Formats: sequence, structure tokens, C-alpha cells
Amino acid sequence: MPNEDVAILVPVYNEARVLGDVIAGLVGHVGHVVCVDDGSTDSSAEAARHAGATVLRHATNLGQGAALQTAIEHALTLPGVCYLVTFDADGQHQLSDALAMVDLARAEDLGVVFGSRFLDERTKAGFLKKLVLKTAVWVTNQSTGMRLTDAHNGLRVIRVDAARAVHLTQNRMAHASEIVLQLGRTNLPWREYPVHVLYTDYSRAKGQSLLNAINILFELTFR
Amino acid sequence: MDPQDQQLVIKIVLLVGVLIATALLTRSSSGARHQAIRRVLLVLFAVATAAVIIAPQLLSGLAQLMGVGRGTDLLLYGLAVAFVCFLATYYGRMRMLNRQITELTRALALAEGRREGTS
Repeated sequence: MPNEDVAILVPVYNEARVLGDVIAGLVGHVGHVVCVDDGSTDSSAEAARHAGATVLRHATNLGQGAALQTAIEHALTLPGVCYLVTFDADGQHQLSDALAMVDLARAEDLGVVFGSRFLDERTKAGFLKKLVLKTAVWVTNQSTGMRLTDAHNGLRVIRVDAARAVHLTQNRMAHASEIVLQLGRTNLPWREYPVHVLYTDYSRAKGQSLLNAINILFELTFR
Repeated sequence: MDPQDQQLVIKIVLLVGVLIATALLTRSSSGARHQAIRRVLLVLFAVATAAVIIAPQLLSGLAQLMGVGRGTDLLLYGLAVAFVCFLATYYGRMRMLNRQITELTRALALAEGRREGTS
């Protein structure tokens, strides 16, 4: 397998309806698929295990940032892993995008590749969603000094040396800005890569609302 | 003193109280020193309360000294500041507790992962 040294990390909270298919689509294409079940109250953990992922369970719900940090720390103990891919559980990311990002990281010796919805026109987002996301990007750029086009995109490729610098303390949604900040501080070369985010009815129902953006703003300001 | 100047005293006292609350909020609050300070404050509070109960005119006198009209007003202001202080320390504790729960939960999950790796 060409991507034996890749671990895909999927933080999960109550995604049993779609998780099985998402995981099944990943297993076999990369060396490791690690699910961190963030205290789900449905059968997410069983679904992921059945589909062939390694599943770590949080005894209680802590938030996506905490789940991601657990996944990263576990992945760093796996022998032979060079690249970590963070991947959303709700099926809005494509494996092909993730693998292309890993290829880019290998080819250009990059520490980090961030997925971005806004580098091309493939992703269809509503006006309000765009506004929320662009605001999040702006805030993130202000606080990190980086110039990203998309901030709250769950698809990222992180090489292990960069991943060792990640210590997320923002358990809830603000971790997406925090991870950019910490990866930026490593001074490793990074790139953005255009990805296609699929907004299904399922992901739309769970997605980021304007209220969520307010929460993110507060979490970032009063940390 | 004209009324404007009189109010200055209580304003300073209350602002200092708020500042202390803010400092408590931003400082990491762990260790015996912090606990000792809290206990001393508690004893001071008890002594002051007892004194005011025995001799209520003390509070009015203090209020006058600070430029607040009545003792009850001073009490109200003091309570407001004390409440903010309480919120500050409570918030700090909550954060600490949250961090500990996160670490504990993560340690458990990682242990599970190690077990799966070896089996």
C-alpha cells in the first residue's frame, strides 16, 4: 500500500447514521484509521469498529478539539506513521482530496497542508454560511498571523514533526483556530489545497450556525 | 469635601475590588498560598461581620468615612464586589476541573488504544 504511513483521524460524536460508510470508505486505503468516539450516546463506536477502524472512547463528551488531540496523541505512538490526516465524520470530505494532499506534502516536503473550500468554486455554500466561515477565517488570520482562505475546515494533513507541536486546549469549536496557530508556530512549510466539501442534508443539519460563530468568537477571546 | 470628591473614595475602593477579582481570574490559582489567602480573608470577613452585628453604627461610620451616605449602601456595594470575586474564583476552579477531566478522559482513551494495539 502506498499510503501505509498515513493515519486518518476521525473525531466522532453521535454520527452512527453515516459513520459506517465513511469509515468503510477509508479503511484499506491508508495504514491506519483512528476514530475517537467523543462520548457518543448512539452506536457510533460499534459502527466504526465494525467498519474496521481503531476506536478510542472518551468516557464523557469533551468536544471535537479534545477528541482531535486524543487522536493525534494516539497516532504519534503508532509505529511507522509519517502523516496524520484529520477528517470529519459526517461524510463531507473526500478521500481523494485527502490522498492528494498527502501527495502534495510528500512532493513539496511540507509540514502541513490545509484543506480549503474557497480556493475554487466546487463547494456550494449558502450566503450565511459563507459569511460565518469568512468571519472565522478573518479572526483566525488576525490571531495567528497566517493568511488562510478557510479556517474551519476539518480536512488537514499534518506531518508527525508538526503534529508533535499540537497541544489543543480549546475543547470546543475554537480548536480549529488554535491548531492553525500552533502549526504556524512550528515554522514548517505549509500550503493550502482546494478541496470539495459536500454539504449533504445530514451535514447541513449539524453544521455551523451563526450562533456557533459567536461561540467560537467568545472562546477565542476569553480563553 | 464636596459630593464629587466624596464619591471618589468609594469608587477607588470598589475599583480595587474589581481589579483583585480580575487578577484572580487571570492568575493560575493553585497551591497552599492561595488557600491561605482565602482563609485569612474568610477570618477577616467573619471578624468584620461580627463587629458590625455587635455595633451597627460602625458600618455607618465607615460608610461616612468613605463618602457613602448609609451603611446599607456600603454593604450593597461590598456585596456586589464580593459576588464578582466569587465568580472569578469559581470560574478559575471550573476551568481547572475541566482540564483535569479532559486529561483523565484522554488518558483512559489512550490506554484503550494501547491495549488494542497489543492485542
